[in-house]
Amino acid sequence: MRPISPLMTKDLIAQHNLTDDEYKKIVEILGREPNITELGMFSVMWSEHCSYKSSRVHLKKLPTTGPRVVQGPGENAGAVDIGDGLCAVFKMESHNHPSFIEPYQGAATGVGGILRDIFTMGARPIALLDALRFGGLDHAKNRHLVKGVVSGIAGYGNCMGVPTVGGEIVFNDIYSQNPLVNVFCLGIAHKDKIFLGTAAGVGNPVIYFGSKTGRDGIHGATMASDSFDDQSEQKRPTVQVGDPFTEKLLLEACLELMAGDLLVGIQDMGAAGLTSSSCEMASRAGNGIDLDLTDVPRREPGMTPYELMLSESQERMLMVAQAGKEEECIRICKKWDLDVAVVGRVTGDGILRVKDQGQVVAEIPAKSLADDGPRYERPYSPPGYQDMLTNLNYDALPDVKDASAALLSLLESPTIASKRWVYEQYDHMVRTNTMVRPGSDAAVVRIKGTNKALAMTVDCNSRYCLLHPYEGARLAVAEAARNLVCSGAEPIGLTDCLNFGNPERPEVMWQFVLAIEGMKDACEYFKIPIVSGNVSFYNETNGLSIYPTPMLGMVGLIESADKTMTQWFKQNGDVILLLGKTKEDLGGSEYLKVHHHREQGSPPLLSVEAEKMLHDFMLKVIHDGSVQSAHDCSDGGLSIALAECCISAPDTRRGAVIKLGLDTLRLDALLFGESQSRVILSVKPGMVDRVLNSAWDSGIPATKIGAVGGDRFVIDVEEGQWSEGCHIDLPVDQLYDRWAFSIERTLNGT
Amino acid sequence: MLKIGVVIFPGSNCDHDCQHIFKNVLGQYVEMIWHKETLLAGLDAIVLPGGFSYGDYLRTGAIARFSPVMGAVKGFAKKGGLVLGICNGFQILLEAGLLPGAMLRNKSLHFICKDVSMKVENAATSFTSAYESGQVLKIPIAHADGNYYTDPVTLASMQANAQIVLRYCTPEGKVTPDANPNGSLDNIAGIINAEGNVLGMMPHPERCAEAVLGNDDGKQIFLSMLESLKGNKKQLKMIPA
Amino acid sequence: MKAKIYVTLKQGILDPQGKAIEHALDSLGFKNAGNVRVGKYMEVDLEEKDKVKAEAEVKQMCEKLLANTIVEEYRYELTA
Repeated sequence: MRPISPLMTKDLIAQHNLTDDEYKKIVEILGREPNITELGMFSVMWSEHCSYKSSRVHLKKLPTTGPRVVQGPGENAGAVDIGDGLCAVFKMESHNHPSFIEPYQGAATGVGGILRDIFTMGARPIALLDALRFGGLDHAKNRHLVKGVVSGIAGYGNCMGVPTVGGEIVFNDIYSQNPLVNVFCLGIAHKDKIFLGTAAGVGNPVIYFGSKTGRDGIHGATMASDSFDDQSEQKRPTVQVGDPFTEKLLLEACLELMAGDLLVGIQDMGAAGLTSSSCEMASRAGNGIDLDLTDVPRREPGMTPYELMLSESQERMLMVAQAGKEEECIRICKKWDLDVAVVGRVTGDGILRVKDQGQVVAEIPAKSLADDGPRYERPYSPPGYQDMLTNLNYDALPDVKDASAALLSLLESPTIASKRWVYEQYDHMVRTNTMVRPGSDAAVVRIKGTNKALAMTVDCNSRYCLLHPYEGARLAVAEAARNLVCSGAEPIGLTDCLNFGNPERPEVMWQFVLAIEGMKDACEYFKIPIVSGNVSFYNETNGLSIYPTPMLGMVGLIESADKTMTQWFKQNGDVILLLGKTKEDLGGSEYLKVHHHREQGSPPLLSVEAEKMLHDFMLKVIHDGSVQSAHDCSDGGLSIALAECCISAPDTRRGAVIKLGLDTLRLDALLFGESQSRVILSVKPGMVDRVLNSAWDSGIPATKIGAVGGDRFVIDVEEGQWSEGCHIDLPVDQLYDRWAFSIERTLNGT
Repeated sequence: MLKIGVVIFPGSNCDHDCQHIFKNVLGQYVEMIWHKETLLAGLDAIVLPGGFSYGDYLRTGAIARFSPVMGAVKGFAKKGGLVLGICNGFQILLEAGLLPGAMLRNKSLHFICKDVSMKVENAATSFTSAYESGQVLKIPIAHADGNYYTDPVTLASMQANAQIVLRYCTPEGKVTPDANPNGSLDNIAGIINAEGNVLGMMPHPERCAEAVLGNDDGKQIFLSMLESLKGNKKQLKMIPA
Repeated sequence: MKAKIYVTLKQGILDPQGKAIEHALDSLGFKNAGNVRVGKYMEVDLEEKDKVKAEAEVKQMCEKLLANTIVEEYRYELTA
């Protein structure tokens, strides 16, 4: 007997974000009309968020294999071999829409979700990084979002005892109505003890554990697949509330369960909760699951099967245990004060069959829910305005007049300013592994029990991606890798979080397809596999899409932790070298945005060959101990990078005296242009010739540009062919003050 | 080898870090103690680690103090056993009444994680004997509720008995309001009980006890404990009250 | 019976949250607002039918767990 279900009207189907064709396919699969529970289950599993229906055909192009890859995309997270029998397990995920509606809980549950993805694999999470995008801080709403998101990340991560070791934040008004919250997590697992989300072994028990199920987050997955409008803020009830304390218990319980010989498979209940975890585990094993909702722990009375199957209550997991080991599993969960119940069995018929109070309430082939969702090859074409974006007449832009003032105002622009106010609210030291704290090119954590360390960075310049999605994506890969090698690490793997607008718009799809191509080409050239990822479409509000933001999280290995490098100057008297060539690269620069209010031009050109040579050289000189500091030149160009070398050390600030030549460059291009493949080194005086010779032998342009010392920041630029030179001479303390407290002052309104 | 007990409350998250210091850095035997245990045998010292016991719900340390293990911890302290509470461990010791006072929210209302300067005001304790009196340490804090408060009478008596062992200061060692990261009364970072065997401190010495992490200023807290336990107490000079 | 319990910081103890809210109210134009104190509100269902006994029990709860009387004070209401 089937329960009474409302009639499948056009309205009801549309409310579930299913198209007519998608609905027809459902009827075809079932051989009948679905009931309301089944309709809900299909709608979440076939949503963009869960099914990747617009992106899957393109994602297939990405390189996902390599000698170190232990687990590629398709599981809860990717895994890369780091030697000593260990794997780095990592992934990045977005929680953009929930964070806009309720910033504290949205960000907090974003952290919770990605942590579960990592420990579900059998890895203990050891590091978090966040990539955030907000609109300008001059709007009260954006300040509110920043404060809420930062406290949400802090509230959850700190309580879990997983350090937030790094990240990046960019401010641009395009994100005012659609901020981005992308969270990266990395854990360490034994290579032979990686757990997968599989429901193998007919007859094995399916066990629910963690928090109770409430009505929160119902339809979170479809919300994440919908555009925003002015009514969105009324969607608040669908936002989930995070409980990091329970998640901490869940983490310890999972690791204890995994230490014994008890489990067959395990998966967290993220988006689409019980539905996705059960059908995905069954589908991966080619099996079915009989699920009985009667014993599902619940927080509220009167919950319907529809609500139970679609709830996105946080801190819940589903495990498939070996038959006969139920009692031991239940004992461990109870030890950690978690709710636990056997809620089903693995079957051999491939059907996800859901019962409640003795009635069958849903009966769907697991594979059709998990894997047979629609696939779209959406049309794509460049937007009409693309040429207007890239064509910029530089001759019409006056060169910089007051270089000192320009430098100071760039230093305090929030995208470049120190993020101290943010990361001091995150516990970035718990677990006592953090060797390089937030504020250098990459965060570095040591791996206890080995001599190794891992470096991590999150990167994406979305303005470059707007101006040229293909080049922008290549540049993101190159910069992430450069950040790692500047820390002494060899890049070994990548995860992505692809934030784009509405894929039903051909210009958004064009940005997406080109960005994928760019990532593919760069990753293939640098031989960096992409082992996990996430796509977030529909980042648009009232028809305005965000800039294409293919966020990357890259991981590098430092074989010997004592070879870890940082970006700040170490000693007075050290000589400053510039590697790489400075060209007329003002297009898409932070300088153009801050000073000329233009986000236009062509992004800097990348030569992957030159970039790779630079990486190899950097690793060589860092490992043989020739350099004292290494810093990537990126946002704000050469002068900002030099200033950061002087003021970003945790303890001491140092001055520097720099001499530069203009040759045929404009002054603003020399100081603030963002030419790629450049690194600032400081070396001991006795090492200068050795490093310079070695660079020239490796085919890398290298110039001696100054020395560390004093308490002033001095840049002398001689007159060039077309432009006048300049003389910057500022107290280092003034640079520091403008840079270090800018965000705090803005947020506090002082 | 000494046997150090590290208590695990639900939500403790510096338990592994404390275990790591005593076991891997200092080569001692460490027993991890589940909060439901009621008998503690053969331990030389007990550490209540940092974290968010019971999620810090209600008040920091308020629920953990009722954990079954706390009865045994009190008994151990009463017999003169060394008990070190770090961060959340300190908060639990306050709630349990093993140390006087209470914690309030940080003045900034934010969680704060950063290095601060801290002065050893009393180097004549079992937890600080390896330092010089007046020595300034660089040490990380990581808390949202480290704003120590007690009534004026208790404060005066603690001052008189040199129970205020650790205070926030400038890198030069000056105890000033600006050097106070959380609004704590009298710049208090750590206090000891009148008997001298229970120390609570907000900063995290276990996070700065290894050169590989760039700072080992905190290591002597643990070395002092070991030294004191081995009975090799150096000639201790009490600071005049 | 239901107990409604209010826990606030004692008068005289600095309440930084209260101050922050007071400041925010002021900047929103609520110039008549002052002395904001932030606290916790709890509801507890009680089996006890006898009001006197219930009151004694609630008092004990507050003293023992719900309030830290070094810095906090409490009050409660009992409703049927």
